[in-house]
Amino acid sequence: MDIIGTLQKLALESGFAGFFMAGGWKNLVMILIAFVLLYLGIVKKFEPLLLCGIAFGCLLANLSYFISLGGSNALYHPELWSEFLDASSPYYHSYGHIMQHCGLLDFFYIGVKAGIYPSLIFMGVGAMTDFGPLLSNPKSLLLGAAAQLGVFVAFFGAILLGFTGPQAASIGIIGGADGPTAIYLTTKLAPELLGPIAIAAYSYMALIPLIQPPLMKLCTTKEMREVKMVQTREVSKTEKIIFPIVVATFVILLLPSTAPLIGCLMLGNLFRECGVTDRLSDTAQNALMNIVTIFLATSVGATMVGDTFLQLKTIYIIILGLVAFGISTVGGLFGGVIMYYASGKKINPLIGSAGVSAVPMAARVSQDVGRRYNKSNYLLMHAMGPNVAGVIGSAIAAGFLLSVFG
Amino acid sequence: MSDLINLNIGDAALIGVLGYLVVFLGLVLLMIVVFILTRIMIAKSKKAAAAEAPAEAAAEEPAKALPAPGTAGDLKLYDTDPKDAAMIMAIVADSLGKPLNELRFKSIKEVKDK
Repeated sequence: MDIIGTLQKLALESGFAGFFMAGGWKNLVMILIAFVLLYLGIVKKFEPLLLCGIAFGCLLANLSYFISLGGSNALYHPELWSEFLDASSPYYHSYGHIMQHCGLLDFFYIGVKAGIYPSLIFMGVGAMTDFGPLLSNPKSLLLGAAAQLGVFVAFFGAILLGFTGPQAASIGIIGGADGPTAIYLTTKLAPELLGPIAIAAYSYMALIPLIQPPLMKLCTTKEMREVKMVQTREVSKTEKIIFPIVVATFVILLLPSTAPLIGCLMLGNLFRECGVTDRLSDTAQNALMNIVTIFLATSVGATMVGDTFLQLKTIYIIILGLVAFGISTVGGLFGGVIMYYASGKKINPLIGSAGVSAVPMAARVSQDVGRRYNKSNYLLMHAMGPNVAGVIGSAIAAGFLLSVFG
Repeated sequence: MSDLINLNIGDAALIGVLGYLVVFLGLVLLMIVVFILTRIMIAKSKKAAAAEAPAEAAAEEPAKALPAPGTAGDLKLYDTDPKDAAMIMAIVADSLGKPLNELRFKSIKEVKDK
């Protein structure tokens, strides 16, 4: 028996051999990045529900590169998706071809590609969201609009840096601070950038308590931050039931491209409020949300393969994402300052920063900063209005960009 | 307008401004819709409350004339908070092992330390 030959064959068939193949180092770097992301998710608790899945998806997809060299064991096949997106390929938009050759992560990714997971996540978000604060103070919708400024500034910045229109639109939407919306739009417009955009969106959402307070201090005076807002009126059950029906009808007619996101968001909210579908509401906000989060996170992570992620573009996206987040916060704060003066100094402008749609993190930051300057101030419910308005605002922004570039 | 893939700066700026205006317009219109909705609901609830008020007043009248079953007359409180009084009565009822509505408290007075 040729022992040396057998050991050599085993070594060559193992995944470790791939480390020394052309381009193998990139996947090795991605595996290290996956470890760092796992560390951030588990130890630093940065959006752990998503980051753990994304990091592990990234790990599996890049391991898949090495194990597929000796056979067809790959969990994720970037080449299949390249053919799927290539208009000149015979497999252009052919899910049949994908299904025939797919690995497990390719199969999960079909849900992202078809826009199913982000919409289902939105249903869960709707089932968890109380739109009462928005209904009691409809003016907070303006703050949700003002806080979309970063989306369009980052879009412009991305064009300046040489990105294409659809890519710039996908990068800009990071400023909406809404993970599912960013994933939905990117999948439709620039799927090749999905990995870095998802990472940037979720990382900055986790970093909101660090990003927003300095900007809040910068854009407001001490007197503004100390404003104590009066309690808002109580919203009736009927209003809460009618609201999702009205919003779905109105916004979808206004911008049809928002239909999947707004439709699912408002369906989830109707389940919550109507009082006769408690089981569905419970499923949407717990079991369904958790299941979809697992699929969404792992399949988004799987798109982070060495060849597409390790580029200068990724660094640009990370920087532009931060710019988008910061400018959206500033836009919301300026909206708050305008409302502060327009209301005769009755509105605390700190609630404006909650207009970025990271629910409820941004509202909590407004509450914490407000309390720092006035111990008797409770801004949380006031900030929840702009916060949920931001969810609708970012969906409208995504709908606009989709109708222009889709 | 230039090709949407390779946008020039002018078109990108135009799309940016237009997009921001569309978001504003969408949410302003939604705000107006919500305002109308809330006004209708508030007016409806006020109407319902106004209709209920005389009926409630009429229903309260006989209650003043005839005490509800189990009521043991008025209780006079001297230097005592109603919450403390309720607690004292509950403790007494519990200690005696009798339902509260079978006991009669005439007055509760705080005895101050000298």
